[in-house]
Amino acid sequence: MFGNKLKVSLYRYNPEEDKFPYMKNYVIDKPERDIMVLDLLHLLKEEDQSISYRRSCREGVCGSDGMNINGKNGLACITPISSVIKRNKIELRPLPGLPVIRDLVVDMTEFYAQYEKIKPFLQNETTAPEQERLQSPEERDKLDGLYECILCACCSTSCPSFWWNPDKFVGPAALLQAYRFLADSRDLKTQERLEALSDPYSVYRCHGIMNCVNVCPKGLNPNKAIGEIKSMLHKNKKDIIVSDGV
Amino acid sequence: MNNIFTNNIKKIEFDALIIGGGGSGMRASLELAKSGLKTAVVSKVFPTRSHTVSAQGGITCAIASADPNDDWRWHMYDTVKGADFIGDQDAIEYLCSEGPKAVFELEHMGLPFSRFENGRIYQRPFGGQSKDFGKGGQAARTCAAADRTGHALLHTLYQNNVKEGANFLNEWFAVDLVKNSKDEVTGVIAFSIENGEVAYLKAQATVLATGGAGRIYASTTNALINTGDGLAMALRAGFPAQDMEMWQFHPTGIYGAGSLVTEGCRGEGGFLINKDGERFMERYAPNVKDLAGRDVVARSMVLEILEGRGCGDKNDHIYLKLDHLGAEVLNSKLPGICELSRTFAHVDPIYEPIPVVPTCHYMMGGTPTNISGQAFTRINDEDHLIPGLFSAGEAACVSVHGANRLGGNSLLDLVVFGRATGKHIQSELKSGGGVDSATKSDIEKSLERLNKLNDSSNGHDPADVKKELQECMQNYFGVFRRGEFMKKGLDQLNELKEKVDNLHLKDKSDAFNTSRVEAIELQNLFEVAESTAISAYQRTESRGAHARDDYPDRDDENWLCHTIYDPISKKVSKRGVNFEPNKVEAFPPKVRTY
Repeated sequence: MFGNKLKVSLYRYNPEEDKFPYMKNYVIDKPERDIMVLDLLHLLKEEDQSISYRRSCREGVCGSDGMNINGKNGLACITPISSVIKRNKIELRPLPGLPVIRDLVVDMTEFYAQYEKIKPFLQNETTAPEQERLQSPEERDKLDGLYECILCACCSTSCPSFWWNPDKFVGPAALLQAYRFLADSRDLKTQERLEALSDPYSVYRCHGIMNCVNVCPKGLNPNKAIGEIKSMLHKNKKDIIVSDGV
Repeated sequence: MNNIFTNNIKKIEFDALIIGGGGSGMRASLELAKSGLKTAVVSKVFPTRSHTVSAQGGITCAIASADPNDDWRWHMYDTVKGADFIGDQDAIEYLCSEGPKAVFELEHMGLPFSRFENGRIYQRPFGGQSKDFGKGGQAARTCAAADRTGHALLHTLYQNNVKEGANFLNEWFAVDLVKNSKDEVTGVIAFSIENGEVAYLKAQATVLATGGAGRIYASTTNALINTGDGLAMALRAGFPAQDMEMWQFHPTGIYGAGSLVTEGCRGEGGFLINKDGERFMERYAPNVKDLAGRDVVARSMVLEILEGRGCGDKNDHIYLKLDHLGAEVLNSKLPGICELSRTFAHVDPIYEPIPVVPTCHYMMGGTPTNISGQAFTRINDEDHLIPGLFSAGEAACVSVHGANRLGGNSLLDLVVFGRATGKHIQSELKSGGGVDSATKSDIEKSLERLNKLNDSSNGHDPADVKKELQECMQNYFGVFRRGEFMKKGLDQLNELKEKVDNLHLKDKSDAFNTSRVEAIELQNLFEVAESTAISAYQRTESRGAHARDDYPDRDDENWLCHTIYDPISKKVSKRGVNFEPNKVEAFPPKVRTY
C-alpha cells in the first residue's frame, strides 16, 4: 500500500495540550538499511522536535527505552525495524499499565517502588573481613540469569497481574531481584525476605502467564525465579508448622 | 516554561549536591548519605541508566587474588607509564594503594564478582599490565563480573544508596552553576525534566560527577547522554579544564553506531581496506600492517578518509574485511562480533566487510582536582581551590590517566575518587566549612542561558548544529591531528559558536521536553569541544592519545606537563606534573615501549 514508504503510528500525548492521547501517523521513506526502532524515533524527532522518549546507552544495557512495539514490549535500541514491521507499518506505544507522562515516557514510580520494597541490597551484618567475603564459583553461578536485569520494566508492564495490582503484586522484575538476594550465599536475611513476600499478593498473584519471559530483552526468566521463591515459601511454611508442633 | 525570574524561583537547600548519578556520583553520595548531611544526587536519567553501566571488562586493582604476590606499586608503575608520564604520581599512588579497600567495599556491598575456585574475586589480564615494574611479564589484575562489570558496579551502588536512604532528584537537569561575588560555588540552577519546574538548588558543596563527553565526536562508544554537562558548567563559570586534548580512541568502532569491534578481528587475520579495496596499512606499516599500534592504525585510517579514499557515499569510513576468514573461523572465534555487526552495522561479516571508524572512547581531561576531589583554578600559575566546587570520575582530571588511560582504570577511578570526595566533604562541612550565599543578581546570571533558549523565536536547528559540530571534531580533532587541519577545525568552531549561541527551541512545553534538554546538551558539547580543539592545537608534540604528524615525537623538554585551558581568555597554559608520591620513589619518564 505504501510501497517504499513506512508508516509509523505513534502514541502522542502532551498533558499541556491534549485532553486525550491519540495515535499520530508519520509516513517516511523506508530507510535504505535496516535500522533500530530507536534510530527511527531519532529520524522522526529531527522532523518533529516535540516527540518525547527516553534513551541513553543505545546498546541494550541501560534499560531506558522500553516501549510497546507493534504490540510487544521491547527495547527500541536493539529492535531492528525489519523484525517488527507489519504491512509497512510500525505502531509505537508507551509501556502498558503505567501512567503516561508524555508520548512514550511513562511514570515508573510504582515500578521502582516495588523494586525498593524487596530490599534490593545485600544484607549481612556480620563484621566484614579485611578482604572480600569468599564465594565459590558454584555459589556465584546461582546469580547468573538474575543480576543482569536492567530495570527496563518490559516484563512487569506486560504482566496482567501487575496491571491489576501494581501496588500489591511485586511484579516479575522486582521478584527476579528478590530471588537474586535469596540466592546469594552472602546474604543472611533469607527468613526476613521470605516473610515479607508471604502475603497473598506479593508473589502469589503470579499465575505463570509467562509474558515476562516472552518479552525480556536480556533473555532472563523471571517466571523461573518466582517458582523458586514459591518453593522456598512452601518449604519455609512447612518448617514453621513443624517447629510450632514441637 | 516561561522566562524565569529570580523573584519566583524556588530555592531548595542542601549541604551537599552531587550532579550525576553514575559510578563516581553514587559512590560519593553513598559516603554522604551515611553521614547525616542533607545530600541530593541530581541525575538527568534514572541512576542505573548512567554510562558506567556500559563498562565491560572490569576494574583493575592489586587485590592479589590471581597472584598472591601482586603489589599496588606494580599497578602504579603501569599506570604512570600508560599515562605517558603526565599522570600525577601522588594521585596515581592514591588510586592504586587505596584501590583494594574500595574494591573490597564493593564486594561487601554485594557486587557479584566472578570467582576463582578458592572463592576469591576473579581477575583477568588486560593491556599494559605487568608484574615487578615491567620486568615480570603479563599480570592479571582486572577484577571482573563476567563482561558486565560496569552494570554490576552501578546497580550495586544504586542498591546501597537505596539502603542508606540517599536522596535522588532523578530526571532533573542541572543547567548552570551559581557563583557568589567571591567566586565561590553555591549550587546550581536545575529543572525537573518531568514537569519543567525550575529551582535554585543551593548547596555548601557541589560535586560535578557528570562523566565524559564522547558525544562531541560523530563516532563514539559513549552513551547518548555523555555530553559533558558538568565540565561545561564549570567552563561557563570561568573555571579551567586540564589536558583536554587527551581523548582515547579505538581504531575499530562500528560506523554510525560506535559499538566497539575488538582488535582480535585483526589478530585473526582480518584487515582494513579503503574504497579502492586496497589494503592500505601495507603502505603505512609494511611489517606489522593492520596489527600496528592503535594510534598508528587509527591515524592511517583518518589519512585515507581525509585524502578522499574513504568508503561509502560520503567517503567517511573504512571497511574491516573478515569474509576471507570463512564462516567457520568467524562463528567459532568471533561470534560476538558477528552478532554485534549484524545488530548494529546491518552487515554479516561472513559475506561483507564491517564499516568502521576510529571511535572516541574516553576523556582523560576534565576539571582539575586534587585527590580529595576539590576543584581548583589557576591564579598566577598556582593552584587555587574553588570553595564549594568538587569533581570526580571521568568529568574530573585528578590526573591519574595522564595522556592515556589503561583499561580497567576508569572504574577504579570512579570508586576511589568518588569515595575520597564524599569523605572530604563530610569532614569539611562538619568542621564548619561552607560558602556564602549568592545574591539575586548572581542567580539571575545563571538563569540567562535557560531564559534565552526559552525566549528563542528563531535561530538554528539544534539537530543540524550538533551534526556539524560532531563532524568537525571527528574530522579535525580525531585520533590523528595536524596543525593545518586543526586550524581549519578551529575556524569552523568559531563559525559554529554563533549558531550554538542562537539555537531555536521550537517546543517550549514543560512536560518531559527532551528538546530543551538536547539543546542545552549541545551547548555543553560545544564548550567541551572548543576546549579540546584549543588545547590540542597548542600541544606541539605527540604523547599518548595526542598524536600529531607535524610533531610526531614526544617532547619532554617542553611538554612534560599538563595543559590548562582558561575558558575566559581561551588560552592554554602549562602546569607541572606531580612527581612526588608519598610512599614510593617517583617513576622518572623514559621511552615508552611495550
